[in-house]
Amino acid sequence: MLEKALMGGKRYWSWLILLLAMMSVGFRFYLLQLNQGLTITGMSRDVSWGLYIAQFTFLVGVAASAVMVVLPYYLHNVKAFGQITIFGEFLAVSSVIMCLLFVIVDLGKPMRLLNMLLYPTPNSILFWDVIVLSGYLLLNIVIGWNVLEAERKAVSPPDWVKPLVYVSIPWAVSIHTVTAFIYSGLPGRDYWLTALMAARFLASAFACGPALLILLLLIIKTLSKFDPGREAIQKLAQIVTYAMVISLFFVGLEFFTAFYSQVPGHMHSLAYLFAGLDGHGKLIPFMWAFAFLAIGALILLLNPRTRQQESTLKVACGAVFASLWLEKGLGLVVAGFIPNAFGEVAEYLPTAPEILIALGIWATGALILTVLYKVAVSVKEEVA
Amino acid sequence: MYNARSILSGLGVFLVLITFPFWYNVGKSAAAPEPKLDTPAIQQLSRKQCVGSTPYMRANHMQLLEEWRTLAVREGKRVYEAADGKKYEISLEKTCLKCHGNKAQFCDQCHNSLSVKPDCWNCHVAPEGR
Amino acid sequence: MSKMDRRSFLRFGGLCVLGLGVLSGAEVLAEKQLKAAPASPALVGKKWAMVIDMKKCWEAGKGECRDCILACHRAHNVPDIANPKEEVKWIWTEPYEEVFLDQKQEYTAEGIQGKPFLVLCNHCDNPPCARVCPTKATFKREDGIVMMDYHRCIGCRFCMAACPFGARSFNFRDPRPLLPKLNPDFPTREMGVVEKCNFCAERLEAGALPLCVEACRQGALVFGDLEDGNSEVRTILRSRFTMRRRPELGTGPNVYYAI
Repeated sequence: MLEKALMGGKRYWSWLILLLAMMSVGFRFYLLQLNQGLTITGMSRDVSWGLYIAQFTFLVGVAASAVMVVLPYYLHNVKAFGQITIFGEFLAVSSVIMCLLFVIVDLGKPMRLLNMLLYPTPNSILFWDVIVLSGYLLLNIVIGWNVLEAERKAVSPPDWVKPLVYVSIPWAVSIHTVTAFIYSGLPGRDYWLTALMAARFLASAFACGPALLILLLLIIKTLSKFDPGREAIQKLAQIVTYAMVISLFFVGLEFFTAFYSQVPGHMHSLAYLFAGLDGHGKLIPFMWAFAFLAIGALILLLNPRTRQQESTLKVACGAVFASLWLEKGLGLVVAGFIPNAFGEVAEYLPTAPEILIALGIWATGALILTVLYKVAVSVKEEVA
Repeated sequence: MYNARSILSGLGVFLVLITFPFWYNVGKSAAAPEPKLDTPAIQQLSRKQCVGSTPYMRANHMQLLEEWRTLAVREGKRVYEAADGKKYEISLEKTCLKCHGNKAQFCDQCHNSLSVKPDCWNCHVAPEGR
Repeated sequence: MSKMDRRSFLRFGGLCVLGLGVLSGAEVLAEKQLKAAPASPALVGKKWAMVIDMKKCWEAGKGECRDCILACHRAHNVPDIANPKEEVKWIWTEPYEEVFLDQKQEYTAEGIQGKPFLVLCNHCDNPPCARVCPTKATFKREDGIVMMDYHRCIGCRFCMAACPFGARSFNFRDPRPLLPKLNPDFPTREMGVVEKCNFCAERLEAGALPLCVEACRQGALVFGDLEDGNSEVRTILRSRFTMRRRPELGTGPNVYYAI
């Protein structure tokens, strides 16, 4: 089936070349980082994780969200999703690959990556995260590929695929839960030390993942003969709406606990993000952008007319994705380090090389996604 | 055969690439390394004996160093009893380099010739820098 | 030699299968051949701890003495980095209000207000840094020292996120060129690993007290075994009021401050 990825029009190839160019720029700067060290990033002794780990966290959510098409289809027989589960699974594949790449570029000693497997350490959450992510990647490749191949041959998928699908459902939940545990089990990081973390992660994942999927499906619809169907898009839009409401509700819960209890440790990070702390507030504009985008998206999603109309749905989905990226792919990780162990504020903003390396990884993910979607769409066109 | 020309030329390119190291290095045999043992510290020894026999050290010094590293750093054990019962302090700087102070002639010669790049000296201070 | 082969084979097998427990057992057996015995003159303890008498420190040093810091950083090849973002520190000072954040108040006694307190790794009883390390590069020794294996650290910095005391530093760049003077007897670190105070494990093994303790001319730093009822640290803890940083987090810090 992979040969279908080699047959495309001019637009397809120029898109791939653009992505390859971005990847090579990112790689060029990664070589610089290998040579000079993480000093080329904006990270510091105090804010020791930054854009890379934040992207990792965000993308684990996108990967986990594949379950939002797989679960309704396989457990509740939602027929509308039959045609699009493959796109959810392939989105998970490319997201997990991006996650693993973001972990690697964040390492100070990437050559020693295999130490995690040579000296397996079950008490480390990061060890478990690498295990569950690798497993999830494998599950989605195997399931996606076999289901698609069966569809092409107009037969039903092999019997052994079904159990794997059922395994992949709790597995998807596990990857984001384990990722949340990286943060929520650390003493002294008050912003992260909340039992709500895993639930919050899952809620925001189930909003931004399907929102991205809607956008991708609408792009596919205009670029190919494949139509995901209005019903599937609308079902996804409902999922996005519910998840976004829950997600913002959870953010509100954090605010309540922090500001009603008035415990300084719990207020500091939130105060830093939205109002600034001790005269520092580089992230304020980003966080207010999150708030406005999130509320705007919610208005468009809750209103049935704007949700059902494709043009406004697109805007809403874009806003959901952007707002949750700001909240989780930037603010959450950075603010956990602020203030530091001595109550001082050390700020963080990514540097240009750091951003270019991150963009290179996003381009890698986009390239993998494009190739996989190209194969899937070609099969769908062939079958139809 | 379909596409005979592209298949055959593809195979040709593959063969050339996979044999690259052989034909690239044809006629460029390097002299065998001769690690030098004649440091002043060694010459003063009455019995010129390392912590292991020469063939053992030649073949296994990297494993031995790794064992030493594990014992010293992870288990806090600093005494090594050699096969002949003699005891040594487990330390790269204080034991190995005390005799083998000639890193360039002793370590680097073989490592360079075999294109091995151990990263010991990124942290441990090489004898020359002492 | 055949054992060596077996050992590396097992390692590789472990990588493939992740057969955890079996592997570590086999490794222990393989290491037996080295017959390592504990060094004879070493200082041996069950739970090393430090008590810092801040009054002695200020009175004699007038808040400007840096003997312990300089001795430690020179001996351990800790680079001198001006950029606060990339600073590497094993032992240093912070003002009282920042070291004891939870004690911060408007009406602190004048003798303590803004006074510099020595901070270093607390070598916790229940160290979160060791708990989160994905490679066991940071681990707790039987004598209580929270030790780092710089050969194994992959630089993921999970430990820095986990440490509530800010005791860990990361090598954002190659530290070698930034060392004013190289101590050849102690290794430097390389770019990309995390580092911190090791309670001078290398000196204890040679029968000496930690260097900061030895360097302090006032005897403000006292080091000893908490499990030994007659140790000097226990004697001070019995007679003086002491504080620890953030005890409510349950990490069990082993650096005590006598005020």
